[in-house]
Amino acid sequence: MESVVVKNITKTYGKEKKVAVNDVSFSVNKGELFGLIGPDGAGKTSIFRILTTVLLADSGSASIDGLDVVKEFKSIRNTIGYMPGKFSLYQDLTVEENLNFFATLFGTTIEENYNLIKDIYVQIEPFKTRRAGKLSGGMKQKLALCCALIHKPNVLFLDEPTTGVDPVSRKEFWEMLQKLKKQDITIIVSTPYMDEANLCDRIALIQDGKILSIDSPKNIIQNYPDALFAVKADNMYSLLKALAIYPNRLMSYAFGEFAHFSFKENPDKADLLQFLETKGIKNIEIKEAAVTIEDSFIKLLS
Amino acid sequence: MNEKVISCKALTKRFGDFTAVDAITFEVEKGEIFGFLGANGAGKTTAMRMLCGLSNPTSGEAKIAGFDIYKETEKIKKSIGYMSQKFSLYDDLTVQENITFFAGIYGLSDKAIKENSAALLKQLGMEDQADKRVSSLPLGWKQKLAFSTAIIHKPEIVFLDEPTGGVDPVTRRQFWDLIYEASGNGITIFVTTHYMDEAEYCNRVSIMVDGKVEALDTPTNLKKQFSVTTMDEVFYHLAREAKRGE
Repeated sequence: MESVVVKNITKTYGKEKKVAVNDVSFSVNKGELFGLIGPDGAGKTSIFRILTTVLLADSGSASIDGLDVVKEFKSIRNTIGYMPGKFSLYQDLTVEENLNFFATLFGTTIEENYNLIKDIYVQIEPFKTRRAGKLSGGMKQKLALCCALIHKPNVLFLDEPTTGVDPVSRKEFWEMLQKLKKQDITIIVSTPYMDEANLCDRIALIQDGKILSIDSPKNIIQNYPDALFAVKADNMYSLLKALAIYPNRLMSYAFGEFAHFSFKENPDKADLLQFLETKGIKNIEIKEAAVTIEDSFIKLLS
Repeated sequence: MNEKVISCKALTKRFGDFTAVDAITFEVEKGEIFGFLGANGAGKTTAMRMLCGLSNPTSGEAKIAGFDIYKETEKIKKSIGYMSQKFSLYDDLTVQENITFFAGIYGLSDKAIKENSAALLKQLGMEDQADKRVSSLPLGWKQKLAFSTAIIHKPEIVFLDEPTGGVDPVTRRQFWDLIYEASGNGITIFVTTHYMDEAEYCNRVSIMVDGKVEALDTPTNLKKQFSVTTMDEVFYHLAREAKRGE
């Protein structure tokens, strides 16, 4: 069953009609964990704001559980949870007061849906009398998630919940999302971190307001069109410079301790090795690379 | 022996009874790309503020570009560049105005400002955008411009605080090309990042946990030390041991 349906949404801003969202369509199934993956300025937040009924699109339509985001915005607001990218809780209320406030707004109580937030809330409960403004980044993020969940929404919108968060806390956050998924909550999450894409059921890669590709992470990786190689040497910068001038080069770029490389035609590792050696590159290792979402994204941008 | 541009010994910062930075000791060589990693709240920002001469240590010693961290903070500020994702350029000034402004702050003469800014615009291929407001530039351009502006006075060291957050993967790599080039020109790079693949691009990496430097070596040696294949695993191994919250 489709939970979120987006059809040809376009949004422009200002007198210059700067296009933020460009004819975007996608749908998300009930209980699915769907990722919008793209850099800052790709249009992710505009899409979130349109779907959460706080921004009007120029054209196109969208619905949440069959309810139109324009005509039936009031009903939608009762059934969704939204965690904006910017911390939006009351800084001068305590942890408990914030949570209580949001529960009351939706006509419920903390007790009624406690099971939904329990795993997350126990981690911040020791600080429940602390003002939200005095919490650390990681704790603020957990409190915001609790507040977005307290009315047991059907669809949860999380706009860049892990931006600026260290890799360990990011991992923990995604483990929480996997648990929520089991409660049959549809989750739409955006992130600029490509490695998080693998944790979604399906993803949309987005850049400059346009969707470049929508599929499961596995399929996106499988559909990578070229043979991709990983090259390693003593000095990454000299290696990158040498790869950039290799005649049979299609793409080359740094990728962790390796450089990723693809041939324009007929992959020939021996020829590449020889070329690099003549350029004075030392301790060269060339092997086949495992394609990642980041490689796919780079390919789509090229 | 190579020239040391940063050397600190038992550098410590306490706020009341909380030890934010706990006796960190390390050296950074001229031209090195030094990755400064740690979980949120590990003490990175506090340490960096001390190294930039913005915050007085509680105890310990440090020399930055040869200057004492207690007595010569003004000289330190003149010898370094700084850029972060949060603060880099003024949105409502043009590209040229930003360059002129920062170059002036860094103490360049009018003549040097003119020459250096022309060279900078050329290097970035932004000559025809000099009169555009920074707010109209895509984020990736802003970041590249901010970095180039931060080193316009050819500092000994440039401090980069999560410079590539939120940038697309292609632009992120172009940004690292600029870093490599600056390092090749003898500028020392001191960089924090949450992207573990970027940790691999550093010559050496330190990882802070609960105020202490728990590991410091080349990425290759760190992976060997923890018997893992990626920096992500090294980081996870160390940071999950953290006791204190943020």
